Amino acid sequence: MQRQRDPRIYQIATLAALVAYGASRLDLEILLAPAAVIVATALATQFLCTKLFSLPRFDPRSALISSLSLCLLLRTDSMSLVVGTTVIAIASKFFLRIDGRHVFNPTNFGLVAVMASVGGIWVSPGQWGTGAFFALLLAGIGGLVIHRASRSDVTYAFIGFYAALVVGRTLWLGDPLAIPLHHLQNGAFLLFAFFMISDPKTTPDSRAGRILFALMVALGAGFVHFVLFEPNGFLWSLVLFAPTTPIINRLLPGERYQWCRRRPAMRLSQRSYA
Amino acid sequence: MKRSMTLLGISLVLATCWSSPTVRAFCGFYVAKADAKLFNRASQVVLVRHDNKTVITMANDFQGDPTEFAVVIPVPTFIERGQIHVTNKALIDHLDAFTAPRLVEYFDQDPCMRHTLMERAMPLAAQAPGVAGRRSRAKALGVSIEASYTVGEYDIVILSAEQSDGLTTWLTENGYRIPPGASRVLASYIRQNVRFFVAKVNLEEQSRLGFNYLRPIQVAFESPKFMLPIRLGTLNANGPQDLLLYALTQNGRVETTNYRTVKLPSGMDLPVFVKQEFGDFYKAMFTEQVRKENMRSVFLEYAWDMSWCDPCAADPLSATELRELGVFWLDGGRGRAVKRGAQNTFVTRLHLRYDGEHFPEDLVFQETADRTNFQGRYVLRHAYEGALSCERGGMYRQELATRHEREAQTLASITGWDIRDIRRKMDLSGKPPESGSWWERLWKKN
Repeated sequence: MQRQRDPRIYQIATLAALVAYGASRLDLEILLAPAAVIVATALATQFLCTKLFSLPRFDPRSALISSLSLCLLLRTDSMSLVVGTTVIAIASKFFLRIDGRHVFNPTNFGLVAVMASVGGIWVSPGQWGTGAFFALLLAGIGGLVIHRASRSDVTYAFIGFYAALVVGRTLWLGDPLAIPLHHLQNGAFLLFAFFMISDPKTTPDSRAGRILFALMVALGAGFVHFVLFEPNGFLWSLVLFAPTTPIINRLLPGERYQWCRRRPAMRLSQRSYA
Repeated sequence: MKRSMTLLGISLVLATCWSSPTVRAFCGFYVAKADAKLFNRASQVVLVRHDNKTVITMANDFQGDPTEFAVVIPVPTFIERGQIHVTNKALIDHLDAFTAPRLVEYFDQDPCMRHTLMERAMPLAAQAPGVAGRRSRAKALGVSIEASYTVGEYDIVILSAEQSDGLTTWLTENGYRIPPGASRVLASYIRQNVRFFVAKVNLEEQSRLGFNYLRPIQVAFESPKFMLPIRLGTLNANGPQDLLLYALTQNGRVETTNYRTVKLPSGMDLPVFVKQEFGDFYKAMFTEQVRKENMRSVFLEYAWDMSWCDPCAADPLSATELRELGVFWLDGGRGRAVKRGAQNTFVTRLHLRYDGEHFPEDLVFQETADRTNFQGRYVLRHAYEGALSCERGGMYRQELATRHEREAQTLASITGWDIRDIRRKMDLSGKPPESGSWWERLWKKN
């Protein structure tokens, strides 16, 4: 049978390119030493957990995706917090599980857990500015078109709901449309839409479920931004609503996502840690 | 003439993350600073922020007739009399001087001697641098005068409004000239339930107090919003304006969350003639960096623990000065001599050039846990001018030519100045330097 290409390879290449672009063109302060520590820690944690949970083989791909996402988002002056955040991110896939699969997007959980507890790390949502808009849009849409057409609904739905929210707020306030456009062109928003909420392992299985999930995350992010006046509303909202995925899956069941699927059928592992 | 700016605040409360300051010996000598006086139409704002508590100090460079002066500032809460204070402009000047970009100088030693660098102290180079009726009319317009105070030389009213048209009418009837387009922006603020802090000069009080300039107004309040309203200020501005924002926090550097915050180029070697025109250099460099960022970024010019500096463009502010600026967590510091390292205050200086097109929404900030030191610092290296009496002397001359060319190119790159002018000022005769490559030396014509 023809084996479908693993979308994670595209994602690794795209994220690596974004890391290089951010470091060289956008002053994202992605330094070599912390980046190397993130990647090494992520792979080591994945390896140790693979042994601990007696999995058949060590798969570095998801750990690489998480570590590249952390390179893009995690900022701290402390190397021990770099290690701590990365360990929490990867370990969350193995320890925080419902119905045989992990609950949180690892990068999202690692960042929020450390920000909410010990602090000392931060995410700079403004640093992408609006100049990276087209680069991110192309990278994101490219990934969806090539690999994840069947699961891209959550990204489109999220963009649609959040856009409706900020445009609606603007119309209600009587502000110029330049303001919501400024919000929607922000690189951090696109990065979240294309590379975080789109994680097929932590979003509901059915299309209706994913659209409902996107609506909740968009409303939650709006609440954080416009009612609590806190930054990084996307990250907080996704962590808050990720535990609803098992409930949504029961109410609106669908086919569970596999990274690589053979057609017409393949043996599906019930324990996916990727 | 009217100005507007504001405040608000978020609350990202991060556990304090102490990291030892980067120990990097800046062993040059501070020779000049480039302060805010260089920029026309520059507003200066100090934001003190911790745990949802904000103290904002607003200084203006208003030069005209005091009767023409007024500010309308959106504020997130009702403001009582005790939350308003008028302070001394010298405090902000001190903060400006402490955080300003600076020049340092080094002097090359005789390359024929063993030591390569020596420093020499240089003196600081001078861088020029009828209430009842009013209330009923207000009520008819849907405007509520929640309070009115006289603080120092200012008459202040705190307004809330139901309709922007009513507010615009009330302001116009009370002698405030409202720029076109203000009504729409005011409507947006009204929907967000903000109050308006409206201040104008009380001439009698000003004359009694004896000040011939307008002192900075301070307002203290509690709100989760950590922001600075700039939208009203863009309406009546003639072209882009500059804002220097000093944030005083406990944990670390402050940055904008809805615009990019980028560091001003710093730390490079520049031609020594820059010493004579440091102010022009700073202005040209800032303008060039604004252009490169398409006028959509905020620039970080200084980030440092308030208890020390290296090199110091001015002494750190004392605990008394910091408290006056609103640093409320320095409870024990009043009147005491300040111990180095004991102030627990981090200062961030942000500089932006903005207009309504490129900065469509108010600035929103977050305090990060970043305590990495940063300063705008530029290095002048003076060549050794004595006689060179050894073989190394020839090599030194070669290196010097390359170094001067590199300095010229750096200066051209960060300021946008014409490299030919720079070379002429450096007396490089417009010729590229002699290359160090062996083949060029091989067939060199004498």
